Amino acid sequence: MNEEKQFCTFTLDGHCFGVNVLDVQEVFRYQEMTAVPLAPDTITGLINLRGQIITAIDLRRLMKLNDRDAEEMPMNIVVRTKEDVVSLLVDEIGDVQEVPENLYEPPPDNLHGPLRELVQGVYKLPEKLLLILDTEKVVGEPAEA
Amino acid sequence: MDEMGPIINEFLTESYENLDQLDQDLVELEANPDETSLLASIFRTIHTIKGTCGFLGFSKLESIAHVGENLLSRLRDGEMKMTPQIANALLAMVDAVRQILSCIENDRAEGDVDYSKLIEVLHKLNNGETVDEIPSLSGNDGEVAVPAEPPAAEQSNGNASDGPAETAVVEATPETTPEPVAAEPTAPVAPDATATPDAPVATDKKLSAGESSIRVDVVLLDQLMNLVGELVLSRNQIIQFASSEKDSSFLTTTQHLNQLTSELQEGVMKTRMQQIGNIWSKYPRVVRDLTQSIGKKVRLEMEGKETELDKTLIEAIKDPLMHMVRNSVDHGIEMPDTRVANGKEPEGVLSLRAYHEGGQVNIEINDDGGGIHPEKIKQKAIQKNIITAERAEKMSDRELVNLVFAPGFSTAEQVSNISGRGVGMDVVRTNIEKIGGSVDINSVVGKGTSLKIKIPLTLAIIPALTITCKGSRFCIPQVSLLELVRLDPERAEKEVEMIQGSPVYRLRGNLLPLIYLSTELGFPGAPVREGESVNIVILQADNKQFGLVVEKILDTEEIVVKPLGNQLKGITAYSGATIMGDGKVALILDVMGLAQNAHVITEESRSSGAGSHSDASDESINDRQTLLVFEINDGGRMAVPLSLVARLEEFQWEDVELSAQKEVVQYRGDIMPLIHLSKFFDPMSAQEKTGSLPTIVYCDRGRNVGVVVERIIDIVEEAIEVKTGTGRKGTVGSAVVQGKVTDMVDVKGIILEADPSFYAGVEEEKLLVAATEGDN
Repeated sequence: MNEEKQFCTFTLDGHCFGVNVLDVQEVFRYQEMTAVPLAPDTITGLINLRGQIITAIDLRRLMKLNDRDAEEMPMNIVVRTKEDVVSLLVDEIGDVQEVPENLYEPPPDNLHGPLRELVQGVYKLPEKLLLILDTEKVVGEPAEA
Repeated sequence: MDEMGPIINEFLTESYENLDQLDQDLVELEANPDETSLLASIFRTIHTIKGTCGFLGFSKLESIAHVGENLLSRLRDGEMKMTPQIANALLAMVDAVRQILSCIENDRAEGDVDYSKLIEVLHKLNNGETVDEIPSLSGNDGEVAVPAEPPAAEQSNGNASDGPAETAVVEATPETTPEPVAAEPTAPVAPDATATPDAPVATDKKLSAGESSIRVDVVLLDQLMNLVGELVLSRNQIIQFASSEKDSSFLTTTQHLNQLTSELQEGVMKTRMQQIGNIWSKYPRVVRDLTQSIGKKVRLEMEGKETELDKTLIEAIKDPLMHMVRNSVDHGIEMPDTRVANGKEPEGVLSLRAYHEGGQVNIEINDDGGGIHPEKIKQKAIQKNIITAERAEKMSDRELVNLVFAPGFSTAEQVSNISGRGVGMDVVRTNIEKIGGSVDINSVVGKGTSLKIKIPLTLAIIPALTITCKGSRFCIPQVSLLELVRLDPERAEKEVEMIQGSPVYRLRGNLLPLIYLSTELGFPGAPVREGESVNIVILQADNKQFGLVVEKILDTEEIVVKPLGNQLKGITAYSGATIMGDGKVALILDVMGLAQNAHVITEESRSSGAGSHSDASDESINDRQTLLVFEINDGGRMAVPLSLVARLEEFQWEDVELSAQKEVVQYRGDIMPLIHLSKFFDPMSAQEKTGSLPTIVYCDRGRNVGVVVERIIDIVEEAIEVKTGTGRKGTVGSAVVQGKVTDMVDVKGIILEADPSFYAGVEEEKLLVAATEGDN
């Protein structure tokens, strides 16, 4: 049970999140994107990633957190899911962390709201809690969300 | 068996290809029994299959191929004559082979269907005996069953009518079974031994021809296509960058890169192209089987087999085309005696034609059958509740005929097993529209029906118009684009009218519903800013026209269509996205989706409106003319054929200068004389020398003449009949255009009158108004 898993960590409104490093295709700085009228407000726009057009999803909006300040530029984490490749907009990218499996716990019962759906589980790291994002849920969120 | 997997797969692909060719050859052979080259090719195919499956250990397949080969070798060596019966037997054999192949494909085994009866029949035929029943394949699974049945059904009437005189009819009793199979390897037919030596040689030759091409995974091609698309974009960026550079060797390299990229793009595009003949090759067999089973006679003509289109499109039109071909044979062409009674050849003609036109592929399916009775369609449609009786009364024949595309419609009086299940034409239309194509039906009762399909060459790269809306760029596929209209602020205010809050515009007398793109895309604020001109993109969706008001019209360019992510697929306003020359993403508008969102087209209008637009082209185009209609001072309506008009211009009085007492304007670096039509017809008429001069520019051998009129009214396409009525000087007669009497202007006469030297030096140049010719 003491296997270690690697997570790419990032922060969002003071919380620390992680996605499985194997799902991450790449990470890059903010780049200009094309807005999509009529799209739900969680979708910031379309990015040209070397010829591939990918959708950028603002995780703050998706989790119903406060919008970041106008001058704060988000970072892109490009993740692969079963059907799609999307870019997740986050505040800051952290390290890739190896965490022992025995620190894992399912999300606490008092976690409500949109996070409840999106968080797979929690790693109790000594200095902080690492919330693991369920990327399939992020992508699968209905467009109206 | 696992390490054999790739070998078996290759064997399967090769065999399937060969079988398709075989079908075609056999049918052709039946028509020309003496064509030995055909026989040799059939023989080779079967021989190859036999050889390979022997090696792979498919004994059942081998035994069938073997008897078939024996029979073929005797035919080839002239020891036997081709008869319909033998043809049927051979086709049944091909079907059996196909069936076994599909079994092998599915579970790597030959399956447990018993073919001994078929083998026996082939044997008997081989021995010169006649059989009266070709066994149909029992226990067939769907696909194979359809082509397999008709030959069997044909036996009954085929024997009676065109079968050869039968001497010995032997009952093929199904009980006497395995003996032939067992006997078969030891039943050497003399010619076989002598024939084989040259056959492998021929096979080898064919293989070496096959070596000049290789099979490539389509996924790989798609990847290449994507990469090339990328390369094109990078190239565009470098060219932009190079324009500000002065280094000459860098510029040369850039130019070289530019050229290479274009060539590469073209080359990769070509790899995806396939000839339409690939799917047509199945039709001779299909048509033959069909006609035999229902007792019709049909000749299939194919033109333009080599027309190429993108592989994905070929796949997409395969089934719809097949359906239409079957339909034409089943419902279109009449029974031979009906045809003779109607004074036609007993043999019907079904012709397929494919050709490129204006960046699109056109496919026509014409039959000379009974045509579609609008009356029957009407009754059927009312009976099936597709339309109401009142509406049906108001519909034109053409609209009625187009109802065959309505869901749930089937015209066959009798539902046959071939077609007529009522899921036909609407699916055909949906499938073709899905790939950005259109299908149109035209039918003359008693003469025949013609179906015309238009599809784009490729889906991957399409020409598109780039427009902006609130600062963002969007692309509109060129196929839906009809024309562009720009209205000055003053005109826009007057000419964009409102009906209950819905904007409309009068386009040459027809009301055109308008949609504001910014409203449709949910942008806040007024759709059009005060005092700005209005750009209308006139689009067509589902035979309905509407105008899309956009902010700016930029350019047309070739774009690479990329799909949208799952999150955005639900938004019907877009059909995809693309990357523009500057590397930014632009959305591609879905014209159909926009129209539906804005309720410009509805499900109801979909079926009723189907014919309304194309109505204009209903009558044959030949006796129709496109006319420019205008007005002169005294209010007289006049027209000239549009073909004579080079341009329409509007000059200001201030631009008019005098040269040798004639009014001229500077036009495109030249001096162009002006002729005032109002003055020409009435020299006394008063002229206000202010305002603008609507001018029809007429050009001949590089010389321009401007004919000034009072007002341009319209461009109409109408069948006209010119009557030499008024005899007014400068006209060639009058005709009724748009329900009003209109004088047809004799352009040449007027120019000569005003400037006798205009045509000097040119003898009898035919410049008469086209209408005069019709008049003579």
